Amino acid sequence: MSDPFGGIDNFLKDLLIGFGLDSTFVAVILKLAAAAVLGGLAGATAIVLIWVERKLVARIQDRLGPNRVGPYGLLQTIADALKLLTKEVLIPAGADRLVFQMAPLLVVASVIGVWAVMPLAPGLIGSDVNVGLLYILSVGSIGTLGIMMAGLSSNNKYALLGAFRTVAQMVSFMVPLILSLLIPTLLAGSMGMADIVNSQAGLWFIFLAPLAALIFFVSSIAEVGRTPFDLMEADSEIVAGFHIEYSGMAFGMFFVGEFVHAFTISALMAVIFLGGWRGPGAEAFPLLGLVYFLIKTSIMYFVVIWVRATFPRIRIDQMNAFNWKFVTPLALVVLMVTAIVDKLAIESGWPRFLVHVIANLLMVVGTLVILRTQAAALRRRLDVVPEAPVTQPETA
Amino acid sequence: MTPEQLLFLATGAFTLIASIMVVTSPRLVHGGLWLIAALAGTAVLFVLLENGFLAVVQVAIYIDAIAILIIIVVMLTRAVMKETDPQINRTWLLASLAALLLFGGLLAIIALLGPASRPALVQPEGGLDVLGKALVDVDGFILPFEIASVLLVAALIGAIVVARTPMRGEGGDWR
Repeated sequence: MSDPFGGIDNFLKDLLIGFGLDSTFVAVILKLAAAAVLGGLAGATAIVLIWVERKLVARIQDRLGPNRVGPYGLLQTIADALKLLTKEVLIPAGADRLVFQMAPLLVVASVIGVWAVMPLAPGLIGSDVNVGLLYILSVGSIGTLGIMMAGLSSNNKYALLGAFRTVAQMVSFMVPLILSLLIPTLLAGSMGMADIVNSQAGLWFIFLAPLAALIFFVSSIAEVGRTPFDLMEADSEIVAGFHIEYSGMAFGMFFVGEFVHAFTISALMAVIFLGGWRGPGAEAFPLLGLVYFLIKTSIMYFVVIWVRATFPRIRIDQMNAFNWKFVTPLALVVLMVTAIVDKLAIESGWPRFLVHVIANLLMVVGTLVILRTQAAALRRRLDVVPEAPVTQPETA
Repeated sequence: MTPEQLLFLATGAFTLIASIMVVTSPRLVHGGLWLIAALAGTAVLFVLLENGFLAVVQVAIYIDAIAILIIIVVMLTRAVMKETDPQINRTWLLASLAALLLFGGLLAIIALLGPASRPALVQPEGGLDVLGKALVDVDGFILPFEIASVLLVAALIGAIVVARTPMRGEGGDWR
């Protein structure tokens, strides 16, 4: 059981060559099959994820959630998917037909494409490209394009507004996202996903760079567009945003894309900051590594849902101010401090963990002090403005 | 013919068709989308040439940054609402002549060089490290690298200055 995945690969290769196929074609067929299995599984997780999310959000809001179809309502999502499949995909008059139909596919494809470089277990990775992080960023932001195409082609002002908000949000949160991903790159000395997991053998990066992990988590939630940051489909402001004109399975694809995307950022968090498949005995038994990876991803996914169920939506100006005036400068400072401190620790032989933790603590304290003085200054300025006296009922 | 060659030819043909569509599609937004398709085709060509780094950079810079920026600009202009404009103007004959000349010239140069001067394909192993070190090496490209950084910072600051609303007291007509 030391290499189950290589065993499956060899078995299939022998089988296909046994059928009398040429070995180069066998390699191509196997690659295509592996891609189909990986992509299919990543997409199919949506069925489970939607159930988990509905159930968890319901529990947090003191409800029961789906509980009628199947045990614990497990088959609810399948029923919903079947219903969506039977509905007609309407295309509004004046819409840009081809672009309109391609947009949901692009959104889903960009999310599933990320799984190509995800190290699921030791020796189980779709493609270990040496620029894995860059690949994730570039493939992930093709989803932005899909959403923009949806908003643009719908011939609807709400959809267009949703697309504009998408541009404002996803493009600007890309900046802290990239900056925070530079820190694990710096610590691991590589952008390859397998290398990043391997270099967390001693210590997970979340202990070396807790601030970077936090920045990555917040900005990737913004990138997915989940609540606190679900401005692009804010249903109380712009009806449903970019997907207002979509119906049936075309809408379902956006839905699937969003859920799988949330799961994907949890998986990225697990791989980049929580050691991926690392855990006791994972190297001897790769299947155990897969279990560790799924456990860590599930924990992060729980946090994502928890955040969603807890926070209200922020306003668009708050979102922009939060990103450009707080997260981006903080990410820049963290990146520079981490680079300097890491070099110092390696040159002088100080314990790396201690140095990084102290640096991170100092940065947290510094941030809080700056925020406090800023808030005080803001409060002073607001006090100058004469306010209408609030009449308070005298308590007898 | 190997499967890779088939894929290469198919991708090349797709890229070519997409590039032609960029200049011939009547709506500006479609032109931008076709441009993205052409750039994606180029990225796939890089992958088939076993240079994953260039492919990823191609997607990151050209598709994510530049092409999306082009679409944003198109969306913000009124041109998106307009159905069509005439696709050609008076100089189309001269322009196509120039394009043909350039193409012929490039073809002639490649033909003149002949197959002997084709460099051997470099193994991508370690190529990224060499590139990275060359960018910060004093004997390498540190000066152009730093000049580019300074230029970008200047552009950033310039954009902020241009976009900033003039503060009270500074006066409205500072121009």
